[in-house]
Amino acid sequence: MSKVKELFGNDSKLRQRLDGVDLRQNAIFIALVVLVAYFAITTPNHASITPDNWSNLVVQNGYILVLAIGMVMIIIAGHIDLSVGSVACFIGAVAGILAVRPLEQDGWDWLPALPWWAAILGAILVGGIVGMWQGFWVAYIGIPAFIVTLAGMLLFRGLALMTLQNTNIGPFPDNYRAIGNGFVDKENTLGVRFGIEDYNAAALVLTAIGVLALLWQSFATRRGRIKYKQSVEPRTWFFVKNAILAVMVGYVGVQLSRANGIPWTLVLMTFLIVVYTIIMKKTTFGRHIYAIGGNLHAAVLSGINVRRVNFWLFVNMGALAALSGVLISARMNSAVPKAGDGFELDAISSVFIGGAAVQGGVGTVTGSIVGGMIQGVLGNGMNLNSVGIDFQMTIKGLVLLLAVAFDVWSKRRTK
Amino acid sequence: MTENILEMQSITKTFPGVKALVDVSLNVERGEIHAICGENGAGKSTLMKVLSGIYPHGSYEGSIIFEGQELNLKNIRDSEHLGIVIIHQELALSPYLSIAENIFLNNEIKSKGLIDWNQTNLEAQKLMAKVGLEEDPNTPVNRIGVGKQQLVEIAKAVSKKVKLLILDEPTAALNDADSEHLLDLLRQFKSQGMTCIIISHKLNEIAAIADKTTIIRDGHVIETLQMQGVALDQERIIKGMVGREMNNRYPSHESKIGAEVFRIEDWTVYHPDDISRVVVDGANLHVNAGEIVGLAGIMGAGRTELARSVFGHSWGARISGKVFVNGKPANVKNVRAAIDSGIAYSTEDRKRFGLNLLDDIKRNISLASLEKFVKFGLVNDNEEYRVASQYRDSMNIKAPSPNSIVGKLSGGNQQKVVLSQWINVNPEILILDEPTRGIDVGAKYEIYTIIQELAAKGKAILVISSELPELIGICDRIYAIAEGVITGEVVKKDFTPELLMQYMTKAKEDSNV
Repeated sequence: MSKVKELFGNDSKLRQRLDGVDLRQNAIFIALVVLVAYFAITTPNHASITPDNWSNLVVQNGYILVLAIGMVMIIIAGHIDLSVGSVACFIGAVAGILAVRPLEQDGWDWLPALPWWAAILGAILVGGIVGMWQGFWVAYIGIPAFIVTLAGMLLFRGLALMTLQNTNIGPFPDNYRAIGNGFVDKENTLGVRFGIEDYNAAALVLTAIGVLALLWQSFATRRGRIKYKQSVEPRTWFFVKNAILAVMVGYVGVQLSRANGIPWTLVLMTFLIVVYTIIMKKTTFGRHIYAIGGNLHAAVLSGINVRRVNFWLFVNMGALAALSGVLISARMNSAVPKAGDGFELDAISSVFIGGAAVQGGVGTVTGSIVGGMIQGVLGNGMNLNSVGIDFQMTIKGLVLLLAVAFDVWSKRRTK
Repeated sequence: MTENILEMQSITKTFPGVKALVDVSLNVERGEIHAICGENGAGKSTLMKVLSGIYPHGSYEGSIIFEGQELNLKNIRDSEHLGIVIIHQELALSPYLSIAENIFLNNEIKSKGLIDWNQTNLEAQKLMAKVGLEEDPNTPVNRIGVGKQQLVEIAKAVSKKVKLLILDEPTAALNDADSEHLLDLLRQFKSQGMTCIIISHKLNEIAAIADKTTIIRDGHVIETLQMQGVALDQERIIKGMVGREMNNRYPSHESKIGAEVFRIEDWTVYHPDDISRVVVDGANLHVNAGEIVGLAGIMGAGRTELARSVFGHSWGARISGKVFVNGKPANVKNVRAAIDSGIAYSTEDRKRFGLNLLDDIKRNISLASLEKFVKFGLVNDNEEYRVASQYRDSMNIKAPSPNSIVGKLSGGNQQKVVLSQWINVNPEILILDEPTRGIDVGAKYEIYTIIQELAAKGKAILVISSELPELIGICDRIYAIAEGVITGEVVKKDFTPELLMQYMTKAKEDSNV
């Protein structure tokens, strides 16, 4: 950014045009695009951009992204949650009990048989209770979240093992599996009816809806800001940016339609991203989270009930960890003792790559999603390039470090 | 024969989009006390950062000659090595380390590679004696008051063989006695040949101590005044700083005093860390509509503690007493309830307790009244922008946009954001704790005007301040508090600094009899 300033001076046209553009927020997005392009070129037979691989990318990373959404909220408020991987595993086991009902000698035979959707709701409810437990210690007793969730990491892994009794639970009912493995109208009945065989018609329709919604949202926001005489991004940049965004979303949608269609995981993710972006940007709860992370004392003296916000933050994280656990068990078609191992670290990395500040107060849901995608694309691309796990870990570690270093550096330059 | 220890020649420092310093020259004679004054944002701190190497050689134009040699500083270590030491307004001490440890931090006395603690404590005691600090060198610095912490910083500077000591607003957080001690100390150093640059907003302080005063405005040096043997021309300094005549430092006003709005009865508060220590003792006070009431007391008298305990029990333990707003008992059990009862409190320490420095102006202004912006469960951020724009215009907040980050504003503008936040709550009673601390004369005047406009609209206002002239200048009535006890109530026609000071320094035994 400052390079630009040096090159073009302070008053140049370009400089003024760039003023309205949040380069820092855009930087990670550009990094993601560059990464995708890199692997598109380097992977054998361009395997990284085949329809099937796009499909894989979505379903393989969904559960991390769900965790990242909850985690960014926790981190903005100035906490951390190390327990989410264990909680996801525990909830996977609980969901297994509820949905599969293992052998009667296991002692769970008193439970009524539950349909798949009730099992999922029940699992999320238990996740909420887990969150209440952790939120209670953090918010009302005042123990740092690092300690509470470090304890939780052991505690819930232990409970998971107890629940599973050293076995796997599975297989899950088909409807349950669909949430992690299924596709919207996989048989393409819609397409067949209209004579489109090569493309999944439902996927095309959903993509079109998605692109239109995205554009409508951009334009509505811009119009609102102009109406209130707020500064907006330069017009050309706005059109270019939205056009690029629409083309990219459209491209991914079309690619998916050439495979099995839109994964249910993607539908769920889109829903969560929209809902949580609104929560963080447009509700008092979200704004209080930023206020608490930005300056705890000022938040207290502004009349914010900090304890209540912290408590519900952890309840929310518990519920999202539970949803992640459901996705994992649905994808693996069984609840296993090692599920979710180390996922907390992937989620935390996603959040920091996505631009959140270590000391709290700064971060976005979309940033964390892009951060998670960067990790996902990196892992997937390296797998396709047959890079060993040793190199993969080294590179992922460096990416995290450099992303945060870039963030710190760019903040210092703008000061 | 005089000799310049420091010559800064034609310093120009440019930040993207702004020229912070333009062709600034500053000559400081050996052994003098040189004051620098100017409004916040005038460029004083930038100049000192250039001098101390925080902005390294090459990032500015012009040259610095120190003791006859041109400086080529790369960082702050280089400048300290030469004997240029800067003490910032926000002290840079490590709170849990002892006085001795802090003095020798990063300058440890070692023998055979290990720290020699006996020698350290011995040397620390010598330095502490020099600065008049009577404490055990092993005391953690968070256990001593701000005034003494300031002395620790100075002792630290002395230990580095300081030749040129730069103090940025050294007395901003000190009470009168501590300020006096500090100024005495500087005089003593001067007699020993040390050179000193002091940045200050307090004109009487400058008058008392400085040999020369350089006035900076908008990055330019306006003039350098000889101070010794000349009657202090305060008007001239103020005019130089703000660039306009300021015949009256306090806007005149006529209060229309109405019915009682706010009353505290038998308010008693104990210290949260030591619940046997009474901090506010049976306080009674009231404020009427349209009235500006002062609460005067030296630091530690219980002023802030009184205010914060009333404001939703946000400080203190074992709180007892009654609060009335418009004649009705008010629930002040938590901050939300206090705000809902019509009480607002703007803090004395805006950076620590008042603002989210990471966030923008509009979201800071809306924070305490966010509910007002909610429609169908969602916050209307365009509406926030509109309201913040109004405050930016009416309060004259100098910022490019309501979307500007608060952390980048100057102190005076930050204070206006804090005030906007609480005015937007639309309270019945507004308690302003040190509303003009650390801000420049021009911004002070604007804030006084805002306070009076609020009173004119019928708000009840309680102002807490360490500066007696300020309270005398703007208040209709003043309560004095000493050691947690309200020791006196003075009406406008009886205002004199002497009378108020007498109440403020009243020992507890007298008032209890």
